[in-house]
Amino acid sequence: MYDFEYHKPGSLADAVKLLSADPDARPISGGQTLLPALKHRLNKPTSVVDLSGIAELKGIKKEGNKLVIGALAKHFEVATSPEVKAAIPALAQMAGTIGDTQVRNRGTIGGSVANNDPAADYPSAVLGLNATIVTDKRRIAADDFFQGMFTTALEPGELLVAIEFPIPEKAGYAKMRNPASRYVMAGAFIAKTGGAVRVAINGAGPGVFRQTEMETALAANWSPDAVANIKQDADGLNSDIHGSAEYRAHLVTVMAKRAIAAAG
Amino acid sequence: MNVVTPFEGIGASVKRKEDLRFLSGRGQYTDDINRPGQTYAAILRSPHAHARIASIDTAAASAMPGVVAVFTGADMPDLGGIPCGWQIHNKDGSPMAEPMHPVLAVGKARFVGDAVAVVIGETRAQARDAAEAIAVEYEPLPAVATTEAALAPGAPLVHDGVAGNLCYDWHIGDRAVNEAAFTKAAKVVELELVNNRLVPNAMEPRAAIGDFDRTTDEYTLYTTSQNPHVIRLLMGAFVLHIPEHKLRVVAPDVGGGFGSKIFHYAEEAIVTWAAGKIGRPVKWTAERTESFITDAHGRDHVTKARLALDADGKFLALHVHTLANMGAYLSTFATSVPTYLYATLLAGVYTTPTVYAEVKAVFTNTVPVDAYRGAGRPEATFLLERLVDVAAAETGIDRLEIRRRNFIPNDAFPYQTPVALQYDSGDYTATLEQALKTADWAGFEARRAEAKARGRLRGIGISTYIEACGIAPSAVVGSLGARAGLYEVGTIRVHPTGSVTVLTGTHSHGQGHETTLAQLVTDRLGVPLAQVDIVHGDTAKIPFGMGTYGSRSLAVGGSAMVKAMDKIVAKARRIAAHLMEASVEDVEFDRGTFRVAGTDKTKSWGEIALTAYVPHNYPIEELEPGLDETAFYDPKNFTYPGGCHICEVEIEPETGITTVINFTAVDDVGRVINPMIVEGQVQGGVAQGIGQALLESCVYDGEGQLVSASFMDYQMPRANDLPPVSVATHTTLCTHNPLGVKGCGEVGAIGSPPAVINAVVDALKEYGVRHIEMPATAAKIWGIINASRPAMAAE
Repeated sequence: MYDFEYHKPGSLADAVKLLSADPDARPISGGQTLLPALKHRLNKPTSVVDLSGIAELKGIKKEGNKLVIGALAKHFEVATSPEVKAAIPALAQMAGTIGDTQVRNRGTIGGSVANNDPAADYPSAVLGLNATIVTDKRRIAADDFFQGMFTTALEPGELLVAIEFPIPEKAGYAKMRNPASRYVMAGAFIAKTGGAVRVAINGAGPGVFRQTEMETALAANWSPDAVANIKQDADGLNSDIHGSAEYRAHLVTVMAKRAIAAAG
Repeated sequence: MNVVTPFEGIGASVKRKEDLRFLSGRGQYTDDINRPGQTYAAILRSPHAHARIASIDTAAASAMPGVVAVFTGADMPDLGGIPCGWQIHNKDGSPMAEPMHPVLAVGKARFVGDAVAVVIGETRAQARDAAEAIAVEYEPLPAVATTEAALAPGAPLVHDGVAGNLCYDWHIGDRAVNEAAFTKAAKVVELELVNNRLVPNAMEPRAAIGDFDRTTDEYTLYTTSQNPHVIRLLMGAFVLHIPEHKLRVVAPDVGGGFGSKIFHYAEEAIVTWAAGKIGRPVKWTAERTESFITDAHGRDHVTKARLALDADGKFLALHVHTLANMGAYLSTFATSVPTYLYATLLAGVYTTPTVYAEVKAVFTNTVPVDAYRGAGRPEATFLLERLVDVAAAETGIDRLEIRRRNFIPNDAFPYQTPVALQYDSGDYTATLEQALKTADWAGFEARRAEAKARGRLRGIGISTYIEACGIAPSAVVGSLGARAGLYEVGTIRVHPTGSVTVLTGTHSHGQGHETTLAQLVTDRLGVPLAQVDIVHGDTAKIPFGMGTYGSRSLAVGGSAMVKAMDKIVAKARRIAAHLMEASVEDVEFDRGTFRVAGTDKTKSWGEIALTAYVPHNYPIEELEPGLDETAFYDPKNFTYPGGCHICEVEIEPETGITTVINFTAVDDVGRVINPMIVEGQVQGGVAQGIGQALLESCVYDGEGQLVSASFMDYQMPRANDLPPVSVATHTTLCTHNPLGVKGCGEVGAIGSPPAVINAVVDALKEYGVRHIEMPATAAKIWGIINASRPAMAAE
């Protein structure tokens, strides 16, 4: 990696100050994306701002009909949290399938959501559960937050503080892993919250997206059969050495069926 | 008195002596070694598959902090090219095209990863920073990545002097006899297939440290090699022109090779040469990406084959046409792999009376291709065992029955094949029957039905294979173009108190030689295992050696040890005879005890060893003191392990995901020294075979960029991709080496891929699948299922 400055601020305000002062500074939480990029010399920040010492970004708590998860919550913490398991078991189950043991003990929910890798797991839960992204400046609805591959509504220097998940009646997640990287080839997070159904698809396209045709069908008939014959349009989906857009489109339906079955 | 427990000799599953240091993190690998004053090399590599190098400006890089030196190909005018160890001849008798392989690219870069310049820095990071500051002006040229593209009329030339990118056009067998046999066929079965290119991916990346002592003019190279003496010969004699007595090559602990660490690589020459230039040690350690784009790849064949059968399903003739990708330059053994390690195996375990094979080896703008676990024999086995299954399907003869009808019978050994080899022993029926029983072949249809009820497609596949290893008789390989002998060397050094140090020219990089070879000594001399140490991997300690590849260590290296032990025992008996005042002929030796036949007069091993070194009462006039013997063993023939692999898979039609449910291997590897180690070797080989068959996809794009250049895109088999593997052996002894051993290192990777693919094809038989190329990924299988869905509307 290239040389860079290292900062470890103790407060959100200090972190924002460091990041705002330097457009080439990068925040780091678990480092599961940034560190490999640094090691491969694909990224050359002037400084790295380590968020791990900021208490305001930590914690998992239930507030009324919401689950509030701090940006620094590690995948392992989400997977094993009694609050998450009780309120949104599908979210805990998802967290337990991200990467491997080492990744789950370093990677954080805030890092994953802010990075918005199309093949990441969490963005589909955020979109499927209609969560709200809380930053140091504002609150952003999930529908407005994800803006395509590695792009979000976050402004330069703006930090993701927490994610508020409404607690659904039902939710389920299923994914097919990329055989090599074990990232998501195609995944579906499906939830019924306050009577409304949302279907979020990750892995298959250039960014997480909602499958509205399935949402309509499921609102009328909450069962795997309702989506079994809905074909995802392959147009615009990812196509690479691991699978064609047509294969991914097919997997979207398969994973949607499984997600509903998992949701019960 | 027998001082040895019987559990440490031949046939005992003793735990590995080397594992304490490996499992406790105390292995000493090349990158663990640091020399005083050491510098670090960073190599600038071509990002283009094919480009003219118009200029290289190193001025900025040279001025950067911590930079000791920057070198390009222009700084090495006196160095030789990296040599190829095997000269193949064309059909017309002319020698193959053998273009120069410069240590650093001169004039042109020929693959992504080709070394263009090297920076020597005080630290790794400084060297790397400076390498990025080298300004290379490339003029990109059109590139060819596949054999088909390279052979197309008007294709860009990888080497300007090699017309049509053709390295050689070689053949074996009698074409006229072969063609005549086809005219008598009742049925001809044809098959075209690809043997997919693989990236070896040893766990330890390659590394090298060059060191130079100006007071003695001696160079030392520490390197991740399977054969340090071969590297000394190739690099010293051909590239750097350093005589052997001034060049020491050390291959310390090496973390896996699988063939990829046989070859002499440019980086070894770079660090050794540069150490002499700057007068300081130079270390280079590959990053994983460098491993992907510089370690010699494996396989990469495109083949068309025809099999002629009579009305009873007997094979009459086999005709094979293969294109083999050599990559951009000829690696050390590259040329022998698709010829003498491939086409000579095309008789398989069958009595096919005539085999004709022609092989075109082709240059492309890709990483050089060379031996990878099995080397040629997996390619031959995959072709044959797929072809036999297709023949069974198209003649309506059961796939076991067609194999049984064509097996070389037990009374036919020694069996001369139509493609040069003479098999010494084997029992193909026995390994088949044992595997069928273990795998419960007879009960499969019930399991298929049960799977179908669960919505799964279950299939079973078989492969009955043979391979040739224990390479190789020097005179034979010499007549075929090998530029080296392939004997092996062993020294048995008995110390005054009776313990033993063995020096072997083979090299252990995961195989467990420090245990297995010690068991040979324990078994023969009766010295406890704890008192036997195996030393390998250092040209300054070992008299000579050709190293470890082609499953040769035990068959050739072990046999050299036996010859040396013969000399030890002969001398020890003379010492014992003197001490017991008997004639030598009357002295018997059995595992540690010398006895005058028919009496209770004995001498122990320790007494004889001590006497040899403290010769107070000694036949000094007729016998030298000491007990230290060296032997060179040149094998009389190849060895021929073989056996039967059976694989059972289930496919989830919805996703195309294949799960290997179980795998049965029954192998004839000759005499088994350590069953536990054999089991481990077979399991590892099967893991790589399953990887090739289902997972590992090495993809170049049309511009010659390696798309699958990291573990993000190249799928290595992981524990949860692998089934329980049942490993058993059925032994027929090798008839021509003193141990009766055949070799077990490659059988797993050779026998398994066709068993897996035959199982996948079987699982998909209701979709009319005749063949599926490796790797049979989920996406590929789903594509087949999806394409035939309209035809199966009832589904």
